[in-house]
Amino acid sequence: MAKRKGMEVSIAIAEAASMCNVDVVSAYPITPQTHVVEHLADIVADGELDAEFIPVESEHAAMSACVGAAAAGARTFTATASQGLALMHEILFIASSLRTPIVMVVANRALSAPINIWNDHSDVMTERDVGWIQIFAENGQEAADLVVQAFRFGEDKRVLLPVMVHFDGFVVSHVVEPIEMLTHAEVKTFLPDYAPQQKLDIDAPISMGPVGIPAVYTEAKMAGEAVLRDAYGPIVECLDDFGKRFGRTYKPVETYRREDADILLVTMGGISETAMTWVDRARAAGEKVGLVRFRLWRPLPDKDFKEAVKGARVLAVVDRHFSPGGPGGPVAQEIKYILYGQKGAPSIVEFVAGLGGRDVGFADFDNMYKKAKAVLGGATVPPFEIVQVRGGHHGEA
Amino acid sequence: MLEFRFHGRGGQGAVTSAELLALSAIAEGKFAQAFPSFGPERRGAPVVAYARIDEAKVLNRTAVSTPNVVVVLDPSILRIVNTSEGMVDGGTQIVNTSRTAAEVREAFKLKGRLVTVNANRIAAEEIGRVITNTTMLGALVRAMGVVKRDTIVEHLKERFGRIAAGNIKAFLRAYEECVIS
Repeated sequence: MAKRKGMEVSIAIAEAASMCNVDVVSAYPITPQTHVVEHLADIVADGELDAEFIPVESEHAAMSACVGAAAAGARTFTATASQGLALMHEILFIASSLRTPIVMVVANRALSAPINIWNDHSDVMTERDVGWIQIFAENGQEAADLVVQAFRFGEDKRVLLPVMVHFDGFVVSHVVEPIEMLTHAEVKTFLPDYAPQQKLDIDAPISMGPVGIPAVYTEAKMAGEAVLRDAYGPIVECLDDFGKRFGRTYKPVETYRREDADILLVTMGGISETAMTWVDRARAAGEKVGLVRFRLWRPLPDKDFKEAVKGARVLAVVDRHFSPGGPGGPVAQEIKYILYGQKGAPSIVEFVAGLGGRDVGFADFDNMYKKAKAVLGGATVPPFEIVQVRGGHHGEA
Repeated sequence: MLEFRFHGRGGQGAVTSAELLALSAIAEGKFAQAFPSFGPERRGAPVVAYARIDEAKVLNRTAVSTPNVVVVLDPSILRIVNTSEGMVDGGTQIVNTSRTAAEVREAFKLKGRLVTVNANRIAAEEIGRVITNTTMLGALVRAMGVVKRDTIVEHLKERFGRIAAGNIKAFLRAYEECVIS
């Protein structure tokens, strides 16, 4: 395996996509995704990758071109963020419903207004229902590794679904850090050539995406639901095989120092590594606290999560988005869905932090932990709290 | 772990300084990260970049708020930014200035061990432009010894290609000419 090399995470992602021998890239540049597609455009223009790079006028067009390319049997890659992902919204449903295994990396960023180019999870969390596999990388190594794996499990004939690989904008995307890239030969042995089960072909014409009248629409939706839920098995097989071959093992739900923990933090994405450092400090101070993260977000690994939090008495969930006027952060709500009605389920303390790029540091984890500890002691807290707010929550002083 | 904060102005290459430092440390087998302060990049406006170097994997992804080392790429930054903010006790500030360490310490109430170098003059003479990122690295490597001089030179060659020669000269001159108080 190649030696650890310093590189910007966005560049590593582009190199990983290139090693997967993609046939078509169609993308529109948007901060903080730009370096990914710029570098891929370079690679194609330099003749290092035999692919079509389709420049387009918008993300709506980018995703449309990707659906067309994938329907024609091409291995297809794209990248976006924030407003770009939102603009793709209607086509995202079509990509999954037509079973086009596109791989898209999303450099997670806040949505406007006010306009903000920095990291949170409002872009991904508003696209939970589009029928894609969604998986999170916490650092550059994981992002590069997961791009390669996404092609394999997305193209698996039992799956044939598009995949979003999420990584935090700037906090991960723009960092220069050590990454061990797989070699071309290693990728070749791990990732078979894409063999589409059916494709648009003028010599053997088929229709894709015809109207679904009420008599069939429900069945079509049920089929999509079944295939996405059943994708869990092939995804885990792929993650395990990758771990066996290359020594880096990924799990649908990741844990850190959860043994004997009374309180578990729940995080997703780039703040998870900072949270691990904080857990080490808290453990050193004698606190019984650990960390749990969803790596796989769709399909939701509910059983793994249940197992991961077994024995914990309080979960402190750190959401990076919330539903205005609604039930708070999406991750906390899905955890409630997983644990509702379960005997001895842990209490849940909900926080929303790190909106629009605000740093979530040790002091913030200290504060959230203090509140979780109060709940452990029997205190009651608000249903959810947006932390780090100047002037207080819900207009309080 | 050593944490670094670079203060410069947009266009002076503070981010490049941080990246070259991290890339060199990684090439020597250490763990490191470098990243910009993620602001909209406006030429001439004050900018900050960060780096961390450690023997173990670096996990913390927050902005560096308690640096061991502060690098000031532009003398005029001292008038508008408190570069000493958050610096750990016993930290080091590496300052681009034509004045003596005692003078700048007095004028701007700078904390920590001071290392001074006239990077504007060196960059003007060797590169032909007052872009001080590579020059300041010379003083940093001399003062901290955290990476080898030759490793930085290798990365300067790789990063700057045909304009590497001037940058390497400026880097080596700052290494020799900086004053460590």
